[in-house]
Amino acid sequence: MMIKETKIMNKTEPLIFEISSPGRRGFTLPACDVPEKSITSFIPQNMLRKLEAILPEVSEIDVVRHFTRLSQMNYCVDTNFYPLGSCTMKYNPKVNEESARLEGFTNLHPYQPVEQCQGILKLLYNLEQILKDISGMSAFTLQPAAGAHGELTGMLIIRAYMEKQGETRHKIIIPDSAHGTNPASAALCGYEVESIQSNASGLVDIKKLKDSFTRDTAALMITNPNTLGLFEKDILQICKIAHDAGGLVYCDGANINALLGMARPGDMGVDILHLNLHKTFSTPHGGGGPGAGPIGVSEKLKQFLPVPRIEPKDNTYVLNHNCPNSIGRVRAFYGHVGMMIRAYTYLLSLGKEGICKVGEFAVLNANYLRHKLEKYYDIPYGKICMHEFVISAKRQKKKDVSALDIAKKLLDYGFYAPTIYFPLIVEEAVMIEPTETESRETLDAFATAMIKIAADIEQQPEVIQKTPKTTPISRPDEVKAAREPNLRWEKA
Amino acid sequence: MDYIPNTERDKEIMLKEMGIPSFEALLEDIPKTLRQFSLALPHGISEPEVLKILKELSERNASTDKCISFLGAGAYEHYIPSIVDHLAARSEFYTCYTPYQPEVSQGTLQVMYEFQTLMCELTGMDVSNASMYDGSTALTEAALLSIRLKEKNKIVCSRAIHPEYRQVLRTYLKGLHTEIIEIDSPEGTTNIERLKKVVDDKTAAVLIQNPNFFGCIEDMEAISNITHKHDALFIACVNPISLGLLKPPGEYNADIAVGEAQVLGNYLNYGGPYLGFFTVKKELLRKIPGRIAGETVDSNGKRCFVLTLQAREQHIRREKATSNICTNQGLLALRACIYLCALGRTGMTELANLNIQKSHYAYERLCALNVFEPAFKKPFFNEFALKAKGNIQVGKVNDYLLKKGIIGGLELSRFYPELGNSMLLCATETKTKESIDRLIAELSKI
Repeated sequence: MMIKETKIMNKTEPLIFEISSPGRRGFTLPACDVPEKSITSFIPQNMLRKLEAILPEVSEIDVVRHFTRLSQMNYCVDTNFYPLGSCTMKYNPKVNEESARLEGFTNLHPYQPVEQCQGILKLLYNLEQILKDISGMSAFTLQPAAGAHGELTGMLIIRAYMEKQGETRHKIIIPDSAHGTNPASAALCGYEVESIQSNASGLVDIKKLKDSFTRDTAALMITNPNTLGLFEKDILQICKIAHDAGGLVYCDGANINALLGMARPGDMGVDILHLNLHKTFSTPHGGGGPGAGPIGVSEKLKQFLPVPRIEPKDNTYVLNHNCPNSIGRVRAFYGHVGMMIRAYTYLLSLGKEGICKVGEFAVLNANYLRHKLEKYYDIPYGKICMHEFVISAKRQKKKDVSALDIAKKLLDYGFYAPTIYFPLIVEEAVMIEPTETESRETLDAFATAMIKIAADIEQQPEVIQKTPKTTPISRPDEVKAAREPNLRWEKA
Repeated sequence: MDYIPNTERDKEIMLKEMGIPSFEALLEDIPKTLRQFSLALPHGISEPEVLKILKELSERNASTDKCISFLGAGAYEHYIPSIVDHLAARSEFYTCYTPYQPEVSQGTLQVMYEFQTLMCELTGMDVSNASMYDGSTALTEAALLSIRLKEKNKIVCSRAIHPEYRQVLRTYLKGLHTEIIEIDSPEGTTNIERLKKVVDDKTAAVLIQNPNFFGCIEDMEAISNITHKHDALFIACVNPISLGLLKPPGEYNADIAVGEAQVLGNYLNYGGPYLGFFTVKKELLRKIPGRIAGETVDSNGKRCFVLTLQAREQHIRREKATSNICTNQGLLALRACIYLCALGRTGMTELANLNIQKSHYAYERLCALNVFEPAFKKPFFNEFALKAKGNIQVGKVNDYLLKKGIIGGLELSRFYPELGNSMLLCATETKTKESIDRLIAELSKI
């Protein structure tokens, strides 16, 4: 197969402020149809603004062209392969968008009486049931806004549980391979974080865990499959160690795509699990959000879930705000409902067989790609993988080509770059997650590019170092950005 | 329907190439006992069948298209220009991730930078981040910032802040050895005399919403001065639409201005996803949570944009990060950005004016009826509280209106027992004179 550099993107676009021209406007409001009075007859002058906000003055077509051109400077899943490890950049089905845009959902106010919201409440309740089924957890809340928000909610539940037990445990154990949000979420709840080193196989070190998990430890935060793409094969024993010491197990479900239909965290003994609807359940990532991070809990933790809870009552659904042991509210209203509608649409479409195929083909695709690349790159951990794998570019680094350089060269070949320099325990890490929605041909094309890069590094490393060349911009000066922060446009 | 291109034939070819006898061999690390379960999930269905179910569910909701709604209370109905939907529906925007590779993410990054500029203009603040989950979490993160920065643990918070925001604040702060003191607002705005007594040198921040939950406009300047006398941060939670005319936080010396920007081109969506924003004075630049885009140059000297000041963030600092936030509300910030560009300089002022005119027209007509009296007598923006007269029950009024296709106001006793028999009504630019007159006509029959 031949692999070529491609030039498909728009190169440049001025700021909207720079195309502003006095008197232009992009939207006309209806005229005021009530008798108009002076503003100061309603609101005193000293409560009104002195300086006008200098917003752009542009016509509708200016706005349309500006944002269309900006969109053409973005690479996305709909352009091509997006193997960003741990982010599960799978295809976002269009029918999901269609259902989320139904006006019976978009134009529904959160404080409308529940009798008027039975359709959405039924949907949300059903979604909770499906997530329970898939994950093996006893109850779900859909409220957390994102994975990290789910982690925070989980930590608050752990604290509430421990308090109810009359315990004051202050420590959370987190493997060194974990996502950065894990220690940040634990710290946000006032927990002390103890990092434990992974063993030589890249898994939780059972002996270290046993030694560290004391009566001071509230919980272990684990990611399974972990960020190396490996299934924690001792998971049953891991959960037992935590439970025997009176602690809990939190599972970061960011990587759960591999397990759909294959195994369930609830059956492993996990007490709290967060899911990322924007990773596993195909809701779009939106350039960074909105996501949604529902959490599932075991039976004994159900009472601590945030309010309100959606409950069935006499063939209808109600919002229960009266849960005395609840940790309280974690956000206003009920969560990212728009994302839940998309996830529900996806789950109905896939059904039982489809869900099992997701796990199966996610694992198959990752292993296939891993196999294709293992001769050309070091893969320090595991012989097989789950949904993703991590290569180390340390061999290439000897030729003065870094993981970053490899990532940039991939952009020239029309692929998005894998996650790099994460997990921190792998030198020059390149973390690749193909997902189930890619074909064998796409994986072959990506492998060809990676192999070509490996070969070029041997023969002409300088070619790789000076990339990318085809993209709208070349490598940006990030040091300048941080040292001389310019975070908003100002009129010259 | 699944979205998996590879077939059983592809699977065989792939396994063969890998030299693996069967797929099961790839799962050898999973204990056998964990493999024994079956899903209750029904069989998958086709796109038309799925859409039929979803349409039926959506039609079981009474959307604001079918009724006239006077609900506000933190989620507002505003006109959304058609270009917002059309441009934000471009999959180049919605199917990409956080812009980790700036060379192929200039679209998203430039939008973030433009959004930050627009929010700074509206609020009069120096620096904005690229968005937060929602107004409630933005306010809470602001309080957390003040606790970290000032190394003090007392938060003073007006009871006229959205009740659900205050609940979120309490949830987050519980266990962090902080004290939250709420200041009452018997006359519709925060009790300044009481505030003066409570704010002291132990106070990390004072939190005020403007317009507050009751729609009333607070004396932000006075509260800002009291706060700053005690080396505390003044945190303003504001409605961006109101800033078309109302004094922005930058003009009353707020240290942090946050709020809910659902109002800028985003749908009600039954409460989410919404769009929090977070703006600060430049001294706090390196303390803010969340993503920030900055301008720089590429290796050829061409202007470009990157995620910056990342040394604050969880993926670098782990447990020492300024916040645990990873995702933002990029797509909604894009919508807000398009919205603000379309409305533009004159549009936002006109919009604020329309909101004031409509709500005051509704207020004056409602108060002229023999049903309600004003709950408060303070200047307001686009919502206001009314108290039912005599033996009239607000709950019954709302039930009656519902039968006539009108969604009345929020019953305040839900959050404020002391305001029993009152409701909070909102009239934005979407309420025509005709629809307000219909409300009046129905109520005059009571």
